[in-house]
Amino acid sequence: MKKLLLLVLFALVTLVTYAGGYRVSVQGQRAMAMGHTGVAVVNSAELVFFNPAGLVYLENKLNVSVGASGIFTDVIYQNSEFGTSSETDSSVGTPLNLYGSYKVNDWLALGLGVYTPYGSEVTWPTDWAGSHLVNNIELAAIYIQPVVSIKLSDQFSIGGGPIYVTGSVNFNRNANRTTTDIDGNRANITIDDSGVNNWGWSVSAMFNPTDNFRLGFSYRSEIILEAEGGEATFSNFPVTTAPGVPANGTTTFDAELPLPAELTIGLSYQFHKKWLFAFDYNRQFWDVYESLDLQFGNGATSINPRNYKNSSVYRFGLQYDATSKISLRAGYYIDESPVQSGFFAPETPRNDSQGFSGGLSFAITPKLAIDASFFYLRFEEVDASYDSYQENGESVPFGGTYKSSAFAPGLGLTYKL
Amino acid sequence: MKNNIKYLAVLALGLVACEPEFDNPIDEAGVYSSGEADFSNYVALGNSLTAGFADSALYITGQENSYPNILSQQFALAGGGEFTQPLMADNTGGALLGGTQILNNRFVLAFDADGNPGPSIYAGAMPTTEISNNLGSSFNNMGVPGAKSFHLAAPGYGNVAGVAAGAANPYFARFASSADATVIADAVAQSPTFFSLWIGNNDILSYATSGGVGEDHNVTGNIDPSTYGSSDITNSNVFASVYNDLLAALTANGAKGAVLNLPSVTSLPFFTTVPTNAVPLDAQTAAFLNSQFAAYNTQILPGLAGLSIITAEEAASRQINFVAGQNFVTIVDESLTDISTIIQGAPFNLDAQTAGLLGQLRQATSSDLIPLTSAGNIGVDLTGNGTLITGVSVPLGDADVLTEAEQAAVASAQDSFNATIRALAAANGLAFVDVKSILSQAASSGIPFDSGVVTSTFVTGGGFSLDGVHPTPRAHAILTNAMLEEIEDTYGAILPSVNPGDYGTVTLSNEVN
Repeated sequence: MKKLLLLVLFALVTLVTYAGGYRVSVQGQRAMAMGHTGVAVVNSAELVFFNPAGLVYLENKLNVSVGASGIFTDVIYQNSEFGTSSETDSSVGTPLNLYGSYKVNDWLALGLGVYTPYGSEVTWPTDWAGSHLVNNIELAAIYIQPVVSIKLSDQFSIGGGPIYVTGSVNFNRNANRTTTDIDGNRANITIDDSGVNNWGWSVSAMFNPTDNFRLGFSYRSEIILEAEGGEATFSNFPVTTAPGVPANGTTTFDAELPLPAELTIGLSYQFHKKWLFAFDYNRQFWDVYESLDLQFGNGATSINPRNYKNSSVYRFGLQYDATSKISLRAGYYIDESPVQSGFFAPETPRNDSQGFSGGLSFAITPKLAIDASFFYLRFEEVDASYDSYQENGESVPFGGTYKSSAFAPGLGLTYKL
Repeated sequence: MKNNIKYLAVLALGLVACEPEFDNPIDEAGVYSSGEADFSNYVALGNSLTAGFADSALYITGQENSYPNILSQQFALAGGGEFTQPLMADNTGGALLGGTQILNNRFVLAFDADGNPGPSIYAGAMPTTEISNNLGSSFNNMGVPGAKSFHLAAPGYGNVAGVAAGAANPYFARFASSADATVIADAVAQSPTFFSLWIGNNDILSYATSGGVGEDHNVTGNIDPSTYGSSDITNSNVFASVYNDLLAALTANGAKGAVLNLPSVTSLPFFTTVPTNAVPLDAQTAAFLNSQFAAYNTQILPGLAGLSIITAEEAASRQINFVAGQNFVTIVDESLTDISTIIQGAPFNLDAQTAGLLGQLRQATSSDLIPLTSAGNIGVDLTGNGTLITGVSVPLGDADVLTEAEQAAVASAQDSFNATIRALAAANGLAFVDVKSILSQAASSGIPFDSGVVTSTFVTGGGFSLDGVHPTPRAHAILTNAMLEEIEDTYGAILPSVNPGDYGTVTLSNEVN
């Protein structure tokens, strides 16, 4: 009991893992509970995501892990110079994961994963102070990935497989700060597209120098989602033949959104028969996200520099097998934001954060376990601005003080046969 | 196990309650303050500028962007209460009386087939505001378009029965508490804790916009405003007396407030947009016209000067001369000696029509001003054969020109009114807002904001709506910032400013006739 309290305390005083930009690092309940570590943890079919090479070291022939989290995020904004303030509509994101692996023989395992590593859902009050940058956005990308895991020796394995991505986007913002129709309704543009598909891949390796020490490596490729011929809706523009004012109605749009590559290296160490420590380092190659450029079918364009930088996440996890049926987990991570100074756009209002996570598994039967996790992301309040918005050829910064928080409880099932 | 779950449940609940919160949330006490003032019940008094009138009409979005409404939103962060306005029924502008339209729809900026922009009357909808439909209460915004200083204290100014005959104001009729109510009494009845007063503009403006056809009661000495015509200049002593009474009523219960002075009306785009040298001529036409005026220039004027009927100076000022290129318009100047009768006699023996045209004729100079509404009166071919063209062979009338002398009458009254406003502001310890300087800056260098510069240039400057007189929402925002600054200085308040870049200018629409 004391140990349990200690663990809970650890979860409370330390911070969780989620990642900057629109990366949503919630790809497994067991890993999530341990600060989203897992590149060197051989525990469940969650390895399909974290390190396919490790699948071949799972004891059972068939492993299935399914889970979902509800991410409750809140972002508040204020600008004391102008007395403006806003709060996002507390949206609930629901990242899902579904993994299965099958050990064909001693040296070969096959797996399949469905997961949602990228997404964003932010809804500001319509026509809020930053509505010329975003009113609301909903991004989702579903990864479907078959993997193969090959044991080269008891110490070393490799894995990987192709990734099929299907993405969707819905984004609304006002045309600028002032244009309205005759009744004062703000001119705005909505883009909507789904079924935006592309392919990528991942490779990984696992090295087990000793029985209780593992090292892992995983790399997932960058995938560019190219929306072509999506639907753009122009609303509340004044009825005019003035040059440069688009007509109301629907047209098409083309845009590209990168899903950056991610490199993970990490270790796990079973330092006691009941205790496991894990550490993961993620490097996310956000520098591919230079600009969000929209080309509309009616000739209008929208250029939105993003200028993200590569960022790192440092993750720490701990697992304690309290009883034969109960495992307790806790984790902490430090998540660097890829957003650079002057590019803080309220559509992905992320600064550096600290994550605190915890959770447990309860084995209902030797074959079936319930996994629970939660994490809490703590952000410092930050004075930030987006400086690349232009009117009349002048840069017009939009800034203020932001503070975010995210909390996500999740549940899952693990089945072994 | 049960215990474990209990701990986790407590933990989860604790974290869900962890909503983000700022160290210094602006909606909590301590960030902004009202200082010695009390913004809990702010009442604004004034005319069209206070009401949010723009584009030659009163409509909802204009009212929402009126400086008192913007100000009240900033006050709301420092103890300010609800701010109500007598909103019109639509954004068409215009209004009906007994179902008949008596006020025109607003202007919008329309683009013609050649892509040229110009103000046009909006025709996308009929007005739906019925003047006789009294709203049944008073409002925090007591701005009444058209009101002069003394109107605020005039019983019956909101009597709907008097609107058709022009004896009462249609806008005040919508919310006057009774047929014999006054604006000031209805304002004071709301027990304002804070007020603003911007009045006196129309006491000079209506004279100016009418081209100076009214009377200047600083010349007549008439101090009975009930006898004033609509285009007259109010006597300065009348203004001072009325203004003093208004402030006495507003401050009687100890309310604090802000007063605004009067900008120079002659720097409004309404007067600066139409050039006085608006007539393009080729050399041949100029020569022909000069031959037409040769007798006037070389015989009549010197002759009359020789007879001491006019001075040599007047004779010189009345010379008509056209050149190839841009030419100053010809005008009737009522300050000139009327020679129409004399020149019908010997030795000139002109016919009555010609003598009438020459009676008080001169050519405009760069010091004269032509009202925006007179732009269409220049270059009109009256006969269709080119012999009688307005502004050239037929002079523009008195109403189409604000002469230098008329401008001086306006400026003199303005100076006097402004001296009164400043003195009474000081005497009553009120915030004083120098709108005159703000408009002067807009008309000269312009007022910078985050994505450009607001100027007084018509249509494109961003400061003035399409009537050339009333401000845009962006200009209301600039004015609000000036008020906030003075209120902070006077009462030790701490208030957030507004960003003029968040406020629009003119509205585009091609739904015009």
